[in-house]
Amino acid sequence: MFRFLFYPANLLIDSLEGVGRYVELMASMFRSIFSWHKYLSLTIDHLFHIGVLSIPIVILTSLFSGMVTSVQAAYQFESGFVPNWFVGSIVGESVLLELAPMMTALVMTGRIGATIAAEIGTMRVSEQIDALESLSFDPVSFLILPRILAAAIMFPVLIIIADCFGIIGGLFAAVNAMDVSSLEFIRGLRNWFRPFDAWFGLIKGLFFGVAITSIACYQGYYTSGGATGVGKSTTATVVISCVAIVFLDYILAAILL
Amino acid sequence: MIEVKNLSKSFGEKGVLSDLNFSVSHGQSVAIVGKSGAGKSVLLKCLIGLVKPDEGTIYVDNKLINSMNFGQLQEIRSNIGMVFQFGALFDSMTVGENISLALQKLTKLSSDEIKERVYNSLEEVDMVNTEDLMPSELSGGMKKRVGIARAIAIKPAYLFYDEPTTGLDPVMTDSINRLILKFQDTGEVTSVIITHEMRTVYDVADRVLLLHGGEIWFDGRPEEIKNSDDLVVQQFVTGNSTLV
Repeated sequence: MFRFLFYPANLLIDSLEGVGRYVELMASMFRSIFSWHKYLSLTIDHLFHIGVLSIPIVILTSLFSGMVTSVQAAYQFESGFVPNWFVGSIVGESVLLELAPMMTALVMTGRIGATIAAEIGTMRVSEQIDALESLSFDPVSFLILPRILAAAIMFPVLIIIADCFGIIGGLFAAVNAMDVSSLEFIRGLRNWFRPFDAWFGLIKGLFFGVAITSIACYQGYYTSGGATGVGKSTTATVVISCVAIVFLDYILAAILL
Repeated sequence: MIEVKNLSKSFGEKGVLSDLNFSVSHGQSVAIVGKSGAGKSVLLKCLIGLVKPDEGTIYVDNKLINSMNFGQLQEIRSNIGMVFQFGALFDSMTVGENISLALQKLTKLSSDEIKERVYNSLEEVDMVNTEDLMPSELSGGMKKRVGIARAIAIKPAYLFYDEPTTGLDPVMTDSINRLILKFQDTGEVTSVIITHEMRTVYDVADRVLLLHGGEIWFDGRPEEIKNSDDLVVQQFVTGNSTLV
């Protein structure tokens, strides 16, 4: 009974403690950022794992996102009041501003966030992080810095790929599903295109990448309680990252647009 | 030399170590025994600075390690080899990389010298030609041996073992005990061994500390613990749960 009454207060205290520890961990990571060159080979490994290995799934999701946007836009244009070439404009703006960064971030939360949390969490519960410290390594520099650097570099690259394939998907669906030629689609695309829209997507990608990897590293680093603890950290990473992504999405839109 | 004074540690409400005082002389081999949850591993992690004590002081080679920053601790740790309970080998690295990692970080050896040191360390633990294996390909006993090889590769003055023989068959236990003795017999290494196994205590320790209720309940030679009349000591030595 009392436990139920105190639950909101305890949850608030736990959350604030968690935010404090997260800030402390990130401060520790930023202090070691000037020694990035010592961890260059590790960073390159993570560039490959976070970036290159994610390209197929990013292509797949962005391709279908673009196609769905195109089909849905066409469905709304059935009234005939809006010219068909507007499909290109709708797809272009939707993909660059929202779909590419958002879909990529959500997919990467599952693919990279969960993996990082499980990896570091397993290292924690199997004393590998203690072993690193006992061998005079700073675990924050060794485990967290290279992953966050790699994500900060690769997320914008993945967003560019997602932008391209989202638009290609939209073009493909528009040409096949409705009476729009590729030239009309490109006309619509160019008509509303502003270079800042592409930059905005890349800025979002950078923030999303850092948010996902830092949350995953934090959850993994403070894992306790064996295999169950690793499972909880992985779940928490996915849930918190998804919330953080939509929150950041709004904040960045409110500030930059 | 290690000197522990008035060491206390608790986690939340739960007191684990309470006002511990002991010292370990150069070249000594000290076994720390006690029931599960008695705080043995916490004590060992305090000695290497992985866990900060709530109260008390720990001196290693007359240097106070409690108040050290990470850089100062790195210097102390470069002289301590730690063998973890389940090896704590890095999953993503081969056996050779596990051992060479510390050498690259802590020494100025060339890559050829590091390769030679890795080979020699593996030879010491009878694990030659395993450099390219991944930890997932090793048995429990092999992981512990590689863990020992990693610890001795840096040629430390101190070797800390966290339950080096727990969960191993009697033959492997004997083999690990002989390894510990081999390093101890060089006279250059000071060892602290956390264990449940009385056989390990009798085989390798010069002195034994029994932790009970967060305190040092017994401090003496292995033959003294064997002949002690104290019921808590006897319960642990004989493994008879009905004694206390």
